[in-house]
Amino acid sequence: MLAAAGVWRRCINITIRSLNGAKVVTRGFVSSENAEESGKADSDVYDIIISGGGMVGTAMACSVGFDPNLQGSKILLLEAGSKKEMDKAPDVYSTRVSSISPGSATLLSGLGAWDHIVNLRCKPYQKMQVWDACSDALITFDKENLQDEMAYVVENDVIVAALTKQLHALSDQVEVQYRTKVVKYTWPRPYHAVTSIPWVKVTLADGRTLKTKLLIGADGSNSMVRREAGIPTVKWNYDQSAVVAVLHLSELSDRESSLVWSTSHQHAEELLQMDEESFVDAINSAFWSNENQSELVEAAGSLFRAALSFLMPDGTSTRQLPPSVAGVGPKSRVMFPLGMGHASEYIRHRVALIGDAAHRVHPLAGQGANLGFGDVSCLARVLSQAAFNGKDLGEMQHLLEYETERQRHNLPMMAATDLMKRLYSTNAAPMVLLRTLGIQATNALPPLKEQIIAYASK
Amino acid sequence: MYCNTFGRFACRVFRESRFQCPMNKGQGTMSKRLATWTSCKHYKQFLERHLSNLKFMGVATRLVQHVRTVSHSTLDPAEVRKFQAMANKWWDLQGDFAALHSLNDLRVPFIRDNLLNVHSVHPISKPLAGLRILDVGCGGGLLTEPLGRLGAVVLGIDPVEDNVRIAELHASHDPVLQDHVQYRACTLEELADEEEEHFDAVLASEVLEHLADLDTFIHCCHCVLKPGGSLFITTINRTQLSYVSSIVLAEWLLRIVPGGTHDWDKFITPVELERLLESSGFCVESLRGMFYNPACGAWSWQKSTAVNYALHALKQRAEPQQDHIQPESDGLDASAHTDGPHQYNIRTAGRDTHTHTT
Repeated sequence: MLAAAGVWRRCINITIRSLNGAKVVTRGFVSSENAEESGKADSDVYDIIISGGGMVGTAMACSVGFDPNLQGSKILLLEAGSKKEMDKAPDVYSTRVSSISPGSATLLSGLGAWDHIVNLRCKPYQKMQVWDACSDALITFDKENLQDEMAYVVENDVIVAALTKQLHALSDQVEVQYRTKVVKYTWPRPYHAVTSIPWVKVTLADGRTLKTKLLIGADGSNSMVRREAGIPTVKWNYDQSAVVAVLHLSELSDRESSLVWSTSHQHAEELLQMDEESFVDAINSAFWSNENQSELVEAAGSLFRAALSFLMPDGTSTRQLPPSVAGVGPKSRVMFPLGMGHASEYIRHRVALIGDAAHRVHPLAGQGANLGFGDVSCLARVLSQAAFNGKDLGEMQHLLEYETERQRHNLPMMAATDLMKRLYSTNAAPMVLLRTLGIQATNALPPLKEQIIAYASK
Repeated sequence: MYCNTFGRFACRVFRESRFQCPMNKGQGTMSKRLATWTSCKHYKQFLERHLSNLKFMGVATRLVQHVRTVSHSTLDPAEVRKFQAMANKWWDLQGDFAALHSLNDLRVPFIRDNLLNVHSVHPISKPLAGLRILDVGCGGGLLTEPLGRLGAVVLGIDPVEDNVRIAELHASHDPVLQDHVQYRACTLEELADEEEEHFDAVLASEVLEHLADLDTFIHCCHCVLKPGGSLFITTINRTQLSYVSSIVLAEWLLRIVPGGTHDWDKFITPVELERLLESSGFCVESLRGMFYNPACGAWSWQKSTAVNYALHALKQRAEPQQDHIQPESDGLDASAHTDGPHQYNIRTAGRDTHTHTT
């Protein structure tokens, strides 16, 4: 009756949640547990362990900690780094920033962290302009009246510090272990090995073993949880790196801005090695130069623009010129490689992935953190409902709901971002022409722009 | 699709201890059971032979009905045997009991919300804290565990000992459940002797269609419930549609459940059930139909009770005796009966029957 020792796989039927629902089926997983263990109840079983204490992991810990249906659950957050605390904003701006959509801001404010963020440092913005280096085409996104914020730029450290502060209030509900590294995950055996322990086992670097009913992987794009669970990932590297820096703009003194420059690996290295003056020159010339513009595209573009202004006289908004950069923050330049990644499954039995562990995007659309926060709010809602129905938190049925909902939202966004990236990575005239006309047409259609903003603001 | 009732099988075989499942041989904890089993072995064997002969002659359905009313106990050994073979499959979420697992999506909220209506407000994370619940015919503990997680103290009973063992093993790993959930291999009649007026709620989910004696069963439920306590029943209606879906489709054509799992004559209509409940001192509070979609494996509520339905009834509190006796109302009219003398007679009759067969 008991399953034999050794590694084995279960066959999978397709899990497709069609519009009418789907057959819930199992997922195969590789079990590395060899010995049966006694069926003694262990008081050291956590209800939820979250692996990874970044923005998304900490937000998840706060969400489940504050949830009324999950009161009394044992929750643990494991973070390899040290605790990030911040009483006031540091003088030096951090280079890693995120664009926080209104939807994410709502989540953070529901957790009580938004107040801390506003008190520390955050910058709302009302307008976003995108222009093409190879033509005069541009597109502007703004809310109808400039009073409403479109989104916020916040430093990542500020977000983590604000969430950590909220976790203090939950110290009797949520346990946090910093400087804790996980070395191994052991997955539960299937149902008919009834006497073996059915929980996920987490082995730490100091030798301790923890057990949990649900493991949430929030450990970033190189997720160990995802790797060890054997979840197949669709991923590729863009031949690009991003250079991030803090810029001093010349319009007003003390006006600072964050830069993310996606370019080839070689160029990125050159940019990093330049001195500050040359770097500033490089940025300014990238903003202002027209060396890539071809006459054909220019002619076609201006013709199209004339046609659009004839059809829709007020379709185009005012064009704002690119800023002039005066200086760059000292030692603020950092580089990291860019890629796209998407886990084909976000969940397994007793495992769920959130944030970059599940999906990794190009920063051009500013959506990476927002997709992660969207995962947090969806998973928290699903777990809350499951707890209210008395379910075992690690059961596949409600985890599949989370996966379906998030994949339906994330995949179009990632596909659009990837398409944009590819479209804008080339100087070839046909592509330039296509995107020029496309941008101008989109810019002239406010309803379409509103849809785009609404989708990105979730 | 109706294999959830199939799951009900295991739970629903109540017999007096005499006729306890013969498969329990050698299970140490049941020494008392063995003694009683031995003493009335010959009666059990007679009944089993009787049943197998009837089936062979092809008149099983009619006479099973007859057998049901004649026997003075609720257990059916043939049903017990069926569930013995399935004991290990309870916790396979995609196995034979998959529909039972997904039925929890309906019955747990149904039980939880109705109990919350009746009882006072509890802390939201443990909405059923402080309530004692009896799950009759718990099988592998599919319904017992969620209610334990919601804070209730649940006792799950099942005459099939393998089921109880599986349920105990499954719950043993979870420290939360250890405090809230307990299992016993016994019948409801045995429990009714010991635990009178002890429980806030009794669950008989997918049980009734497998019982030998409904009257005794309902009477025992009445005994173990506190006044004002709740009885929750889910079962299958006896209609042409249920014959087509439960027997023809599920057993013969689609083979979702093995042939012979259900006995259409044992199905009970809501009207009959309500009549029985109201004459036993219950007042029916709500009745809802359920629908199973085999394509997606999910249950949903529906108005029609033509096939599966769920029912919630309250045990009448003892009232000062009224002189008038209201004419028994039919169907879904859930008016409260306060037949003091009538109730007493039933109880006495039940006890007489019980003591007679002791």
